[in-house]
Amino acid sequence: MRRGVWLWTAALAVYAFLYLPLLIVIAYSFNDSRLNAEWVGFTWRWYGVLFHDEDMLAAAGNSLLIATVSSLMATLLGTMAGIAMHRYRIKTLTFIVMAPVAMPEILLGVSLLLFFIQLLNLTLGTLSIMLAHITFSIGFVAIVVRTSLAGLDESLFEAARDCGASPWETFRHITFPLILPAVAAGGLMAFTLSIDDFVITFFTAGVGVSTLPLHIYSMIKIAVTPEVNAVSTLLMLLTLTLIVLAAKFAPDALKGKG
Amino acid sequence: MRCGWGGGTMRGCFCMSEEHARLPPAARLTKWLVSGPPFVYLLLFFAAPGLIMVLASFRFPGEFGGLAPFTATDPDALQGLTLETYRFFFSDFIYTEIFIKSFIVALTTTLICLVMAYPLALLIARSPKKSRDLMVLLVILPFASNFLIRVYAWMIILGPQAALSLAFNGLLGMFGVEPVRLLFSPFAVLVAMVYVHLPFMVLPLYTNLERHDPTLLDAAQDLGANAWQRFWRVTFPLSLPGIFAGSVLVFIPVMGMFAIPDILGGTGDMLVGNLIKEQFLGTRDWPFGSTLSIMLTLAVLLCVWIAARLGGRRRYA
Repeated sequence: MRRGVWLWTAALAVYAFLYLPLLIVIAYSFNDSRLNAEWVGFTWRWYGVLFHDEDMLAAAGNSLLIATVSSLMATLLGTMAGIAMHRYRIKTLTFIVMAPVAMPEILLGVSLLLFFIQLLNLTLGTLSIMLAHITFSIGFVAIVVRTSLAGLDESLFEAARDCGASPWETFRHITFPLILPAVAAGGLMAFTLSIDDFVITFFTAGVGVSTLPLHIYSMIKIAVTPEVNAVSTLLMLLTLTLIVLAAKFAPDALKGKG
Repeated sequence: MRCGWGGGTMRGCFCMSEEHARLPPAARLTKWLVSGPPFVYLLLFFAAPGLIMVLASFRFPGEFGGLAPFTATDPDALQGLTLETYRFFFSDFIYTEIFIKSFIVALTTTLICLVMAYPLALLIARSPKKSRDLMVLLVILPFASNFLIRVYAWMIILGPQAALSLAFNGLLGMFGVEPVRLLFSPFAVLVAMVYVHLPFMVLPLYTNLERHDPTLLDAAQDLGANAWQRFWRVTFPLSLPGIFAGSVLVFIPVMGMFAIPDILGGTGDMLVGNLIKEQFLGTRDWPFGSTLSIMLTLAVLLCVWIAARLGGRRRYA
């Protein structure tokens, strides 16, 4: 089993590479020192600093508001898109839903910036960020919903039709309950994507409004402080919870990534 | 999960209209009600901005940044449209050079990701069914933490006071080499690029490797193939579609990345993404920024197309 040992060593090294950096951030968030260098002692101090930072709290509030509104809208539109892609196989719809997911984020960011300012004459802020987040989230929800629909047994719908159910009744009583977990998983995914997004928000936020990632960015551009470690740790905890929830709702949808 | 850039769009349209005509009126209405809203939304907030950007690349910058107003036409320019920005792009080699540099960074990142992801994906695919889901989840989890946090972690690790820098420079010192700065260097940029995009390579590779028929390897062994031959002649060729999918998922975002060089790179580590960001938010030359964005789109499409051609030929050979 020499080959097995070799594979395990390589794989464990990759897992270590994936986790060590994050563990270091978490560890330093409890370090009683201004510098991210040597370990001095355990403290909750940086979490206290965090909860008294008005700008940080305002940014977190904005992030939550934007993520809630945009994930709800994206769930609605994405579910419709997923159903349409599965049911009607319209290639142009598939293209326009998937392209924002596949292209470099910066392109979507700058084109929306141009569009909002030049054509809509919109003042950048919460609304423009929401509109942008909905745009890139629709595709992710649609993929999860379509994957779930593709896994359903077609004979269920035939049975419903044979029993005299109208297309609407079939959808309401058969299809929708079956894809609901995937819809929920897609919605959670859209929420996570919105809370985490940096690049597209960076271009569509303007000057007045800040979100959590934008605030973290401006902090680490100036100086590395333990407060960033603390907010990072909390944010990791939040996304971890959301991911675990999404995985519970639709385990296959998450595995279908890539 | 991400759609291919392949053709067939037009053909799809025609099929659709044919099928569409056969639907009864009520079903046709449902079809428009379901596909209409997302379609219109994306037409408005994805397709229209894209078109505006193409148009913007053919215009002059405004006096105070942004675009020149559509009404004030330059007497020399036909209806306010110009090829000036494209001429400018090719007039100075520095822009092409930045594109080439981005391409090299994206290719290097893709290759390192492939080398790191392959053993892990192979191990997961060959593990007992029960532990596979957990092992995949362990790959996804760090990838679910905020992008900036994952980049920021390397600021700590590579920082001048961190153990890694001290140990590395101590080693260099023993050989009489001057200490180097790990943070704000091309090395830092590359490490973070690999770190952030590694799961994009592991997942499609695993999905592919998991589907391989294990009896093929038994057959190869019975025919006298050793472990290396079994890998190189059986597993590897079969995994090419997975390698292609993973490479595309890593290559595309790296080509357009601006945040990692911005945070971890030095002044000389500018990539295409940084150049675009600078045009839109710094110098506010939007027409040139649009031109760069269109060049980036074309470069990405070209690379993916070439890779698809290469991969396709190998796959069906």
